[in-house]
Amino acid sequence: MCDTCGCSTEDWAVLRKPGQSDYHVHVNEHEHAHGEHHRHEHGDHHHEGGGRKVVLEQDVLQKNNLLAERNRGYFEARKIFALNFLSSPGSGKTSLLEKIIPALQQRFPVAVIEGDQQTTNDAERIQALGVPVIQINTGSGCHLDALMVNRAVKELDVEDNSLLCIENVGNLVCPALFDLGEALKVVIISVTEGDDKPLKYPTMFHEADLCILNKIDLLPYVEFDAAKCRENAMRVNHHLEWFELSAKTGEGLAALQEWLEDKLAQH
Amino acid sequence: MHEMSIALSIVEAVEESARKEGAGWISEIELLVGKLAGIEPESLKFCFSAAAKGTLAENAVLAIEEPEGVGECGECGITFPVNFYYAECPACRSLRVKIISGEEFLIQSMTIEEEK
Ligand SMILES: Nc1nc2c(ncn2[C@@H]2O[C@H](COP(=O)(O)OP(=O)(O)O)[C@@H](O)[C@H]2O)c(=O)[nH]1
Ligand SMILES: [Mg+2]
Ligand SMILES: [Zn+2]
Ligand SMILES: [Zn+2]
Ligand SMILES: [Zn+2]
Ligand SMILES: [Zn+2]
Repeated sequence: MCDTCGCSTEDWAVLRKPGQSDYHVHVNEHEHAHGEHHRHEHGDHHHEGGGRKVVLEQDVLQKNNLLAERNRGYFEARKIFALNFLSSPGSGKTSLLEKIIPALQQRFPVAVIEGDQQTTNDAERIQALGVPVIQINTGSGCHLDALMVNRAVKELDVEDNSLLCIENVGNLVCPALFDLGEALKVVIISVTEGDDKPLKYPTMFHEADLCILNKIDLLPYVEFDAAKCRENAMRVNHHLEWFELSAKTGEGLAALQEWLEDKLAQH
Repeated sequence: MHEMSIALSIVEAVEESARKEGAGWISEIELLVGKLAGIEPESLKFCFSAAAKGTLAENAVLAIEEPEGVGECGECGITFPVNFYYAECPACRSLRVKIISGEEFLIQSMTIEEEK
């Protein structure tokens, strides 16, 4: 149930803005007409023969994919450069955004969409930087989808020629399957996670354009082979751009910053 | 968990088509889920029964075909089985491998029944 208006929203995502407790928008996916469904009791199966086969050959994620393409078209028309940040919980997505946005903001308008199951904590951290931000709370949902982003962008009023950073829900599995319409997928892994992570979650690394190894300030204290991790990631996706940095100390940030600025300028 | 939202998408898609066809109920759904698609068929089946409750697909059997991963080497052109973990050409060791099969994720068909 929605804690703000009391409506039943178990399966819907909710958009929120930090500091505006009376603001919230439900992302309502579809209105099912369940009423007229034919039900039959078990035991009266007549599966043998009789049925008619209808060929569909339809992508399971077709609906999401179509909406993602609409988002993409909208972003392209308005020269909005959208990045989808993906990682396990705690790898440093929000910390990285806090670090790179102040400099990027000098050159381009920046806006942020924050995805989390609950709380507006991350949106509050981003709002402190003075950029427009909206929080998507997915509730039980473990990923953002194209519809949520579509609604969030409308609520957010993203400027033309801007950088839009989308922080996905912390999860290395299914966000890889849901295209949001972004220009690039950025996957973040930290040195406390194990250098075989790209092999354990190959789909995510296969789909990504950029891989950032974060928390390299902790390398002296953990058993983590950065070169091996990179090699594993490259095995899964040889097109991957690779960066190593610390969102805490700022080491290695300049290279990423420069790469992003180049991409933005070309966009 | 992500299999749940995927199961819901499948139910939604087949129900929509079944209604257009004037079906009474859906008895079978054929899916193509490539080995590299990042979907766990067992978990999908489990979620499907929950997702289909109270819909035309409630009693549908999920038939899942799982095509193997196949890669094509961008250097020497041979094709070979892949599972991502070793997406390296067995002939020339190149990492420039293009996946040509195994990423499928399709609803192939459904079988619909008349109103009983
Ligand atoms: N030592 C160290 N800690 C970091 C670094 N980046 C993030 N953290 C810490 O990791 C935790 C999770 O970071 P956060 O940005 O919230 O991760 P998110 O869940 O991916 O958004 C926080 O306690 C951060 O302070 C880093 O480069 N080095
Ligand atoms: Mg975060
Ligand atoms: Zn509400
Ligand atoms: Zn039945
Ligand atoms: Zn999910
Ligand atoms: Zn080869």
